[in-house]
Amino acid sequence: MMASRKPLALHLGILALLLVLFFVLPAYHVGAFSRIMVLAIYAMGYNLLFGYTGLLSLGHAMFFAAGMYGFGLTTNLTGFSVIPAFASAMLAAGLLALGVGYLALRTAGVAFMIVTLMFAQTVYLIILYFGTYTRGDEGFVVQQAQRQLAGIDLTTETARYFTAFILFSVCFLAMAKLVQMPFGKRLIAIRENEERARMLGYDVANLKLRAMVISGVFSGVAGASYALLFGYVGASFAGVQYSIFPLLWVLLGGAGTTIGPLIGVIFMFYLIDISSGWTNAYMLVAGIVLVLLTLFAPQGIVGTLRKRGVAWLP
Amino acid sequence: MDFGPHLMLASLEGAVISAILVLTAMGLSLVFGVMRVVNVAHGEFFMLGAVLAWVVSTTLGGHPAIGFIGALIVAPVLVGCIAAGVDRFVLKRVNYDADRTIVATIGVLYIIQQSTLMLYGPEARPVQPPFNTRLSLPWFEFGENGFAMIWPWGLSITSYKLFVIFAAAAVLVALWLLLTRTRIGLIMRATQQDSDTAQAFGVPVGKVYSWVFGLGAGLAALGAVLVVPIQQAHYLMGGDPLLLAFIVVIIGGLGSLPGTVIAALLIGMSDGIISVFFSPTLAKIIATFLVAMVLVFRPQGLLGRAET
Repeated sequence: MMASRKPLALHLGILALLLVLFFVLPAYHVGAFSRIMVLAIYAMGYNLLFGYTGLLSLGHAMFFAAGMYGFGLTTNLTGFSVIPAFASAMLAAGLLALGVGYLALRTAGVAFMIVTLMFAQTVYLIILYFGTYTRGDEGFVVQQAQRQLAGIDLTTETARYFTAFILFSVCFLAMAKLVQMPFGKRLIAIRENEERARMLGYDVANLKLRAMVISGVFSGVAGASYALLFGYVGASFAGVQYSIFPLLWVLLGGAGTTIGPLIGVIFMFYLIDISSGWTNAYMLVAGIVLVLLTLFAPQGIVGTLRKRGVAWLP
Repeated sequence: MDFGPHLMLASLEGAVISAILVLTAMGLSLVFGVMRVVNVAHGEFFMLGAVLAWVVSTTLGGHPAIGFIGALIVAPVLVGCIAAGVDRFVLKRVNYDADRTIVATIGVLYIIQQSTLMLYGPEARPVQPPFNTRLSLPWFEFGENGFAMIWPWGLSITSYKLFVIFAAAAVLVALWLLLTRTRIGLIMRATQQDSDTAQAFGVPVGKVYSWVFGLGAGLAALGAVLVVPIQQAHYLMGGDPLLLAFIVVIIGGLGSLPGTVIAALLIGMSDGIISVFFSPTLAKIIATFLVAMVLVFRPQGLLGRAET
């Protein structure tokens, strides 16, 4: 009984901590944490596919971008309010993930990575090609007037933090529940030994596709939240770099753990934040961290902790 | 200009693109064939070659040809050594595991790219070509006065671009001779076919891997030295060659060297011709999407045979 209560207590404790941080952190870091929580949703979506199912995608930026443009273009072109625009963003990301998953999941291993990379590149180029609507690399701004929900202006620092917090909490708890359910266990079974999972009678192809769609929708939620809370939509979020980032976060925090993605995003965010104060070549840090992680700590922070005695970590 | 001369001009541009591409893709294909790993940092070795070419040619000074020849020797060797170091200190330690190698080489990509940004700066810098005469090309026309040879205005190529095409062909022949006619090639092919058996027969597989990885990167750097008098050296220039080389290697069949050459010609020529006549972004969208579909439905490549 104790064993199953500890993770729940940890999850609620982390959420409580994030709530407290709003009151104790200085303004700059409050803004940083709003961003971190949104990006952590993206990392969690990625983690479901990479950490739990064992599928390494190099093209997740397309789902993030689908959510971002799904939200931004819907509000800008049709004038929909926040809720329907958000729903259409989730739909866009989900449908894209369904299509890409249907095709890409026929491949495995290295081919899967390259296929997802290529599809993401196609999406990126399509965004550039339709520059009349998307304004290409330059991007466009979601106006303040369109970022109102039930009379609350989501552009203020406080509203932004709490919106990000609510979105994060919902995704965080949903994900923690999801990987505890039989569905999550089956994904782990696929990761550990796909052939065996198939032998045991699980519909591996179907499970992978569902993992892909859920992962895509989470990434899309993150993209839409980013557009909603920070008011900017740009093609750089669809680029290769934003496909690499979630991989980096999840690897750093700990693949296949519930709290790893958040921890990875916090670490990486502040690493890049600090190093960009010294040099404009701040991605150098990302490169070094990636190499060091693959060499010395492939399980990431949480994974290493779990191995070194804190075995109950979720 | 009429359609005919225009097409010829586009084909010549395509041939230059193919020449560079075939060297870059050959490096990637060689590494994949022998070591069974995908080197995502390959484009950065290309970029490093171009940047080093600029460094060497400005340091040497004098006539452009001196700097160019110096770069032609120094850049590929130096890049090859850096790559061999990467192999020794990174790839070897992850045991050439396919997934982890990709992640590690993504890290190497950023390290090389961002270090270049710090040391070399964000500017694009040109390198003087060693010779650059403009050669007008004739076009044949069947007109009122019968068969005639005309010299359409604008139909020309520089002597340097012709040199690039021939140089790439020469390097390919040399590579082919190395692989099929020498002991080094024999050892490489033995490692490719079955590294365990090769090891058992006394082939130093670890060393072979370092050499192959260095050779692959050196080929990319060589391509970059050749391209840098046409296209300037910039720290972000590695992205496009990487993607194109990927496309070529996939279409040609992963690890198949003859397939790689044919695919490089195909992609380079069509890239040259399509981007003269159509929107380059649209051409890229279609090409990228089609390549992804090829991988989905024919993972062994268009020209490759399924592994048994």
